[in-house]
Amino acid sequence: MSASLTFSDSLHIAKLANLLIKDEEIPLLASQLSAILNFVGKLQELPSSGVAETSQVTGLVNVYREDEIDKSRMLSQKDALGNAKATHDGFFVVPAVL
Amino acid sequence: MNIQKLTIFSTLEGLRNKQFTAVDLVQGCLANIKKYNDDYHVLLTVVDEDALRADAKEIDKTDYSRPLSGIPIVLKDLFSTDGLRTTAGSKVLENYTPVYDATVVRKLKEAGAIIIGKANQDAWGHGSSGENTDYKPTKNPFDPSRVPGGSSSGSAAAVALGMCLAATGTDTGSSVRLPAAFCNLVGLKPTYGRVSRYGIIAMASSFDTIGHMTKTVYDNALICEVTAGKDAFDGTTADIPVPKYTAHLGKTLSGVKVGIPKEYFEIKGTDPRISDLTRKALDALAALGAQILDISLPHTNVAMECYYILVPSEVSSNLARFDGVRYGGGRDTFGAEAKRRIMIGTYALSSGYYDAFYKTASKVRTLIKKDFDDAFTKVDVIVAPSSPTLPFKIGEKSNDPLAMYLSDIFVCPVNIAGIPTLNVPCGFIEKLPVGIQLIGPQWSEEKLFSIGNAYELHTNHRD
Repeated sequence: MSASLTFSDSLHIAKLANLLIKDEEIPLLASQLSAILNFVGKLQELPSSGVAETSQVTGLVNVYREDEIDKSRMLSQKDALGNAKATHDGFFVVPAVL
Repeated sequence: MNIQKLTIFSTLEGLRNKQFTAVDLVQGCLANIKKYNDDYHVLLTVVDEDALRADAKEIDKTDYSRPLSGIPIVLKDLFSTDGLRTTAGSKVLENYTPVYDATVVRKLKEAGAIIIGKANQDAWGHGSSGENTDYKPTKNPFDPSRVPGGSSSGSAAAVALGMCLAATGTDTGSSVRLPAAFCNLVGLKPTYGRVSRYGIIAMASSFDTIGHMTKTVYDNALICEVTAGKDAFDGTTADIPVPKYTAHLGKTLSGVKVGIPKEYFEIKGTDPRISDLTRKALDALAALGAQILDISLPHTNVAMECYYILVPSEVSSNLARFDGVRYGGGRDTFGAEAKRRIMIGTYALSSGYYDAFYKTASKVRTLIKKDFDDAFTKVDVIVAPSSPTLPFKIGEKSNDPLAMYLSDIFVCPVNIAGIPTLNVPCGFIEKLPVGIQLIGPQWSEEKLFSIGNAYELHTNHRD
C-alpha cells in the first residue's frame, strides 16, 4: 500500500494526536511522513495470515498485588502538586472543558 | 585524578587501599565537566558541587564495602531523580523536578554510587545520533565533528570524557549499544524485564530496557548485579534470580557455539571495513575455543519496518499524557522528531489503518522473535556488527529521518524479540571506535558477560 499524505490528511492526524501543526510545517512533515509510511507499508507484502500477534515478550500473565494501602506507592499531596503551574486549595487548576 | 584511565574495578581497589578518596574522584569528575561540558554538550544538569563533596565525604567515612562505594555515575535524563531536574532531553520537561527516584536510581544510591548529573539525549529517546535533543547536540569525544550515537548520547560521552566511571541509558532500539559502539565502551541492553522500568520516562513500553555503559565488561557486569531483579513497582520484571555476574567471568570459550547471521552480512550500505573487523573478532573468538557456525535470521529484511510501526504506536500512546495541564510545557513544545513519531503512531493505530499497520507488524514481531528462538536452538550467542557505518558527521542525516532510522538495522531486531545484547569494542577505523554485539537468548546476560570478558582480555582494544 502506498501512502501519500495530503495536506488535509496531515491536519487530520495532527488533530487526532492533539498536536497543533502550523500550516507552513505541513509540506515537509507530509513528505517525511509519506516516506516513512511507504517504507513501513512494505510489511503488508509479507504473507502473515495465520500468524499470531505478539504484544509482549515476557510471557508473564496477570501480575497482581494485594489490594491494600501501600504508603511506599503514594505521594503526599504536597509532592503530587510539586510541579503544578497553578493550584487551588490542594488541587490542580486546569482549563475549563465546558 | 585521571578519571579517563580508571575502571570501577581499579577505583574500588584504590579506595579500599586508601590510595585516594571519593572526594578526589568527585573533584576529578567536576574538573572534566568544567573542561569539556561547554564544548561537548554532555550533561544537562550537574548536581551542586558542595552537595557532591558532602556525599563523597560521607562515603569516605565508610570502609567502601558496598558494591559501588564512591563510584561517580551519570544518569540519562529519562531516569527520575528525587529533587533533581529530569528533562527527557525535551523542552516539554525543561522545568520538571521529580519527587521520587526511579527504582534503578534508588538501587545505585543504596549501592554507594554518587550521582554526578543528568546526561543529554535525543528527546524522549527518539534518535540514533543525539541530534534530536531539544538542547545542544552532544559531540563525539573521538571526533567532535561527529555524533556520539544515540539516544543515550550524553551518557556515552560522559564516560569517555571522564565525567564519571559509568552511565545509565535506556535501549528501545539502539540507544545504549550504538553510543557505546561510537564511544568505545561496553554497553548492555538487558533482557526485557530484567531491570525495572519504574520511574524511567517511557518511550515504547513493550520494548524499553534499562542498561548502562562502562569501560570494561567486568564493570558492566558489576552494575548489572545492582540494577537487575524483580521490582514490585514494575509488573513486567521477572521473578528470576539475579546471578553474581562477576563470578562467571574468566571462563574458557571452548564448546561455546557462536552464530553468524548470513543476512547481516548482506545488508547494503555496510562499511566493508566494519565487516572485516567483525570477521577478525570472530577469528579471535575461534582462537579462544569458540565454534563459529552460519545461521539464518530470515526476517531481518522486514525488522525495521516492523519496528517503525510498533514503536511509534507505543510512543504516540505514551506521549499522549504530556498535555501540559498538570505540569510541563504544552504539546506545542514537542520537537520535530517527537511530532513525527506521534503522528506515525497515531496513523498506524487509527481506524481504517490499524489492521494494515499495527496488527500486521504485531504478527511480524512473532516471526522475528521466532527467528531468534530457532537460532538459539543451534548456537549460544550471535555475533553481529553494532553499526553499519562509522560515527557519522553531525548534520549528515538530520534532515532525512528515514536514513537516520536505518542506522539501527543491526540493533533494532533484538528489541523486537526482547533478548539481551552486549556491545563490546572491537577496534578502530580511522581512529574511530567500532563495536560488535554479542546477542543471546532471554536471561543470558551471564553468558554474554563471560564471552565478552574473554574477548576483551584477549584483544584489549581499550588501550
